[in-house]
Amino acid sequence: MTDTSAGRVPARPTRAAAPGRAARRARRTALLEWIAVHALGVAAALFFVLPFVFVVLTSLMTDQQALTRDLVPSTWQWSNYRAVFDTPGFLTWWRNTLLYAGLGTVLTVVSSVPVAYALAKFRFRGRHLSLMLVISMMMLPPQVIIIPMYLFWAKELGLSGTLWPLIVPMAFGDAFSIFLLRQFLMTIPDEYLDAARVDGCGELRVLLRIVLPMARPGIAAVALFQFFYAWNDYFGPQIYASENPGAWTLSYGLESFKGAHHTDWNLTMAATVLVMAPVIVVFFFAQRAFVEGVTLTGVKG
Amino acid sequence: MSTNTLRAKRRRSGLRTMAFLSPWLIGFSVFFAYPLLSTVYFSLMKYDGFKPPVWNSFANWSYVFDAYPLFWPALWNTLWLVLVMVACRVVFGLGIGLLITRIKTATGVFRTLFYLPYLAPPVAATMAFAFLLNPGTGPVDSLLERAGLPAPGWFDDPSWSKPALTMLALWGVGDLMVIFMAALLDVPREQYEAAELDGSSAWQRFRYVTLPNISPIVVFAVVTGVIQTMQYYTQPLVAGKVASGVIGGSGQQFEPGYPDKSTLTLPQLVYNLGFQRFDYGSACVIALVLFALAMAFTALLMRRRGGLIGTGE
Repeated sequence: MTDTSAGRVPARPTRAAAPGRAARRARRTALLEWIAVHALGVAAALFFVLPFVFVVLTSLMTDQQALTRDLVPSTWQWSNYRAVFDTPGFLTWWRNTLLYAGLGTVLTVVSSVPVAYALAKFRFRGRHLSLMLVISMMMLPPQVIIIPMYLFWAKELGLSGTLWPLIVPMAFGDAFSIFLLRQFLMTIPDEYLDAARVDGCGELRVLLRIVLPMARPGIAAVALFQFFYAWNDYFGPQIYASENPGAWTLSYGLESFKGAHHTDWNLTMAATVLVMAPVIVVFFFAQRAFVEGVTLTGVKG
Repeated sequence: MSTNTLRAKRRRSGLRTMAFLSPWLIGFSVFFAYPLLSTVYFSLMKYDGFKPPVWNSFANWSYVFDAYPLFWPALWNTLWLVLVMVACRVVFGLGIGLLITRIKTATGVFRTLFYLPYLAPPVAATMAFAFLLNPGTGPVDSLLERAGLPAPGWFDDPSWSKPALTMLALWGVGDLMVIFMAALLDVPREQYEAAELDGSSAWQRFRYVTLPNISPIVVFAVVTGVIQTMQYYTQPLVAGKVASGVIGGSGQQFEPGYPDKSTLTLPQLVYNLGFQRFDYGSACVIALVLFALAMAFTALLMRRRGGLIGTGE
């Protein structure tokens, strides 16, 4: 994340020239404020972190102890994690999730970039309308069109029980990604593009040579969002893949894992950790792009 | 330049635009316009996926509004979530945003910790909370009891299940924190300095400097929160399933909205009618209600002050 905290916050006036007592009082107020703010910060941090801590602690208990009210494992049973990996299907769910998230992300980026470029930089009739439609698609709950989509994929094409009904549409632009990229491309000054055009570049060359390198942060944000979206998706796999455990993803399989291990909270929590962990690892490598993306969707424009 | 070449040039640039837009033009037609029209068509048909669709006039519509026992509870829950969950999330998100802009030590660490839960996959986060709030063995109730406080039944108690979902939503407030943080840092510093010279209190500075400056972002957060509530599906469903103990692969019987319909949302009804009861017609009625609600709030988002989400036109 960018360090924006310094400077622009309403700073306390540090009037060095002020006489002794007033200055001392100001300093004491500042110190008290510092303590209050950081105490609140620690309290908030506990609220955000403790659920993770309890989940991890429970994932290391024995199945017996996980059913008690103990907070800390009496014996640290690391083998729970191996037991999760040994569960039939778990590795398949991983593979399916990587396929859905990985291939889906590549397709989304490749198909959304040219659309976003046209919406940001071309002048044409219907441009405003197109943008409105993109935003409408972005806000559309997926359940609104699921009945015809399901009938199309399952009855017409016979593709239920696979993840293809979720992956293939990503080759045709994703509204959220188009919108986010468009917002990003708007910030690139036209002068760069015009210079390249004067040099005789066609629009495709301008896009590939000039725009793409400058748009790298925006593309990274879109790719991350899309990857996480697929990783987290529950509704899609539930509709199309539920009938075939061989096509389940982690998010969908995790729920059935709980079903198969009714009272084994320790194993369920270990599986939960294993579904959360990759997302968190990816985040640590790509914090900046991610936070930029969140800000871009809401504030810039 | 002669008019001929000009026209040719314009046509070429039109084709070029079409070429760049083509993935989305196909996507829009096949995955938006066609299914949407199709949903309207099926909402007027009797269709179970096996026998060919039969004209049904408005029978599906009157069934959903008059006879379907889950519709009004789901709508009521949606209203509750809009009024309580969205409001709590915005206030809490703003509070955390204010807090993080004031923290001067280890800012990066705090920010990351505050943000992380937002990233937890919804199914995993819901499972985690179903365990944490589990009345028998969960750490939250055991801590509450040790402190001598009443221990609610959370996801097992109809009057506590939505508050429990709200806690889960507050845990993942990181997206709003980031948006508010950016907005707060954009408030001109001079305005604070001027207010301070006038001897204003901290509350006055918040009320008369901060709030007016960030009010568009507050509205943005509220409206997008409402739209997200229309899509609220995974968390209430998984929470209900885990708490009721019925969970797992397809086809298992599960009392929708456990406990006592208190976690039902409109998207769940589409699934219930369409994929459990194979009443595609009535499922499409719910889908259109959902569509109308989502689009109404999207229009609000785009119209206010020439576009809150900054279409930059």
